[in-house]
Amino acid sequence: MALQVPKSLKPDNPRVTLRPGGRGSFVAPIEAVRMNGPADVTAESVALTPRLAVDVRNVSLTFETADGKVDALSNVSLQIADGEFVSFIGPSGCGKTTMLRVIADLQQPTAGTLLVNGMSAEQARLERRYGYVFQAPALFPWRTIEKNLKLPLEIMGFSDSEQQQRSARYLALVNLTGFERKFPWQLSGGMQQRVSIARALSFDPELLLMDEPFGALDEIVRDHLNEQLLQLWDKTGKTVLFVTHSIPEAVFLSSRIVVMSPRPGRIIDIIDCNFPRDRTLEIRETPEFLKIAQRVRVGLRAGHSYDE
Amino acid sequence: MTSDTLALPASGIGTLRRHPLVAGYAPIVTIVLALIAIWYVAAVLMNLSLVRDAFEREETPYTLSELIAGTMSAERPLLPAPHQVIAAFVDSVFGYAPTAPRSLVYHSTVTLSATLLGFALGALFGIGLALMIVHSRVLEKSLLPWIICSQMVPILALAPIFIVVLGAMGLQGLLPKSIISAYLCFFPITIGMVKGFTAPDAMQLDLMRTWSATPRQVLAKLRWPSAVPYLFASLKVAITISLIGAIVAELPTGAEAGIGARLLAGSYYGQTIQIWAALLASAILASGLIGLVDLTERVVGLRMGARS
Repeated sequence: MALQVPKSLKPDNPRVTLRPGGRGSFVAPIEAVRMNGPADVTAESVALTPRLAVDVRNVSLTFETADGKVDALSNVSLQIADGEFVSFIGPSGCGKTTMLRVIADLQQPTAGTLLVNGMSAEQARLERRYGYVFQAPALFPWRTIEKNLKLPLEIMGFSDSEQQQRSARYLALVNLTGFERKFPWQLSGGMQQRVSIARALSFDPELLLMDEPFGALDEIVRDHLNEQLLQLWDKTGKTVLFVTHSIPEAVFLSSRIVVMSPRPGRIIDIIDCNFPRDRTLEIRETPEFLKIAQRVRVGLRAGHSYDE
Repeated sequence: MTSDTLALPASGIGTLRRHPLVAGYAPIVTIVLALIAIWYVAAVLMNLSLVRDAFEREETPYTLSELIAGTMSAERPLLPAPHQVIAAFVDSVFGYAPTAPRSLVYHSTVTLSATLLGFALGALFGIGLALMIVHSRVLEKSLLPWIICSQMVPILALAPIFIVVLGAMGLQGLLPKSIISAYLCFFPITIGMVKGFTAPDAMQLDLMRTWSATPRQVLAKLRWPSAVPYLFASLKVAITISLIGAIVAELPTGAEAGIGARLLAGSYYGQTIQIWAALLASAILASGLIGLVDLTERVVGLRMGARS
C-alpha cells in the first residue's frame, strides 16, 4: 500500500498539473497517499452517487459570551454535491456566515463532523481546496490589481510565468483586462469585488465560498454581477456556497436554497431550484420564480425570523 | 500692455498678492519676520544692563542710540542678536576648511555620523523588539515594562555610565555615542511598529489563513506593508531624538569634536554667540534629517499606491 504511487501524482491528474511546484499542496508523498486513500476507495461508487463537496453532519457551534452561551449553529446537517450552487439565506444571527466559516476552517465546531472534499476542513484549508470571498473586497491597498490577484499565487509558490498567465486569464474572466496597473482605490466597489472573486478563483479551487459578496453594492451593479457570477459558475463548473440576505438573489443564482433561522442557528428548509443554467434576469418575472421566492419567504416567516 | 507681469507698478501690488508663490509663503514669512523682531527687542532688553555697566565702568558718556547699538554688538551678550548668530554661523561654516577644528561643518559631520549610526542601530533594535512583542504574548508581558522603564531614566545620568563601561571594554569614539543615541531613539519605533504590525484587519488575516500562508508570509506580505505608514511616523520622531542623543552623548565625555563639544566649550568660556551658532547648526541638521525621512516616505508611498 505504501509503495503504491497515488493517482493524484500522475501527470494526467488535473489537480497536480494545475499546481506545479505548489508548495504545501502535497507536503510529502506519504501524506498524499494517506489523503487520497479514502478517495480511491470511494472512486468506484462515483458513477452512482456524485462526490460530496461538503458533508456537514450534526454540527453545532456554541459561543461563550459575557451574556452567556449563544448557539450559532445547532445540530446542522447538509450534503452538497460537486458542482452545486447553494445559497444560504436568513436574517442576521442565523449562523449562515458561521456555517461558511466553519466549512472554511476559520472557526471550529463544538460538536459534529464535517468533511470538505472528503477530508477534514483543516486539511482542505491546508491544501487550498477552497476560495473565500468576503463581504468586502479586502484587497491590499498597496498592491496593484494584478499584484493583488497574484498574492495567493505568490503564497502558494506558483512560478512567475504561471502567475502572469493566471492573473491575465482571471482578470479577463471578470472583464477587468486593462486594469492591471491600477491600485484598488482607483476602482469602483463593484470592480473591486470582481477582483476579489478573480483572486479567489486564481488558484483554481474546487469550492468557492462567498459571504454576502454583493451586500454592499447597489442593486444595478448587483444584478449585473449576479449574471456574471452565474456565467462564471456555468463556465468553471465550481461548487459555490453563497450567503445572502436577498430572496431574489438567492432564487436567481441557486440550484438549492438553504433557509436558516436564528436562536439557535438552524436549517428550517431546503428548496430545490432548477432553472436552466443559462438563465437571464428576465426569469425573475416568471410564475415559477415567484413561487420559489414565496416558499423562501414563508420559510423565513415560519422560523420566526422576523419576530425581533 | 495687457500682461499682468509683476513689474507693472500700477497693478503690481494686487497681482503680487494673488501670485501663488506669494499667497503660499506670505504667512510663513510674516511670522518669521515677527519672531525676528521679537528676538531683537528681547536682545536689547536683556543686554541693556550689561552694556550700560560697561559704559559706566569706562566712564564714557553715552547716548540711547549708542546703548542700543551696543546691545547688538556685544562680544559676550546674554542673548545675541540674530545677525550676530548668523554672522558667527556663516563665519564658522565657510570661514575655515571643513576639516579644521573651528569649522562647524567638521563638528556637524562628527555628530551626524554618530546620529546616523545610532539611528540605524535604534531602528533595527526597535523593529526587532516590536516583532518579538507582536509574536509572543509572553514576551510582550516580560519586555514591555522594561522598555518603558528604560525611557524613564534620564539619559544625562546614564550617558557617563555607558561611556565608562564601553570605554572599559575598549570602545571609544563613534560607537559609544551611537549606542546612547540608539538607546534614546528605539522606543518610538518599537511603539509605532507594534501598532503597525497589528494594523491588518481581521478580514485580511482571515484571507491569509484561507490560503494557509505561513507566519513568515503573513509578516512579509501583510503585516510589514501595513506597518509602513507607522514606520515612517515613528522614524520621524526617532531621527530627531537620535540627534539629541548624539549631542547629549558628547557632553559628559569631554569630546573634542561634535556639536555637543562645541556647546560645552561655548558655555565654559561664555561664548554665547558660539553656542547659538552651534544650536542653529543642529536645528538645520535636524530639519534636513526629517526632510530626508519625509522624502523617502513620499517615494515609498508612491510605489505603494498612495493617493497623491
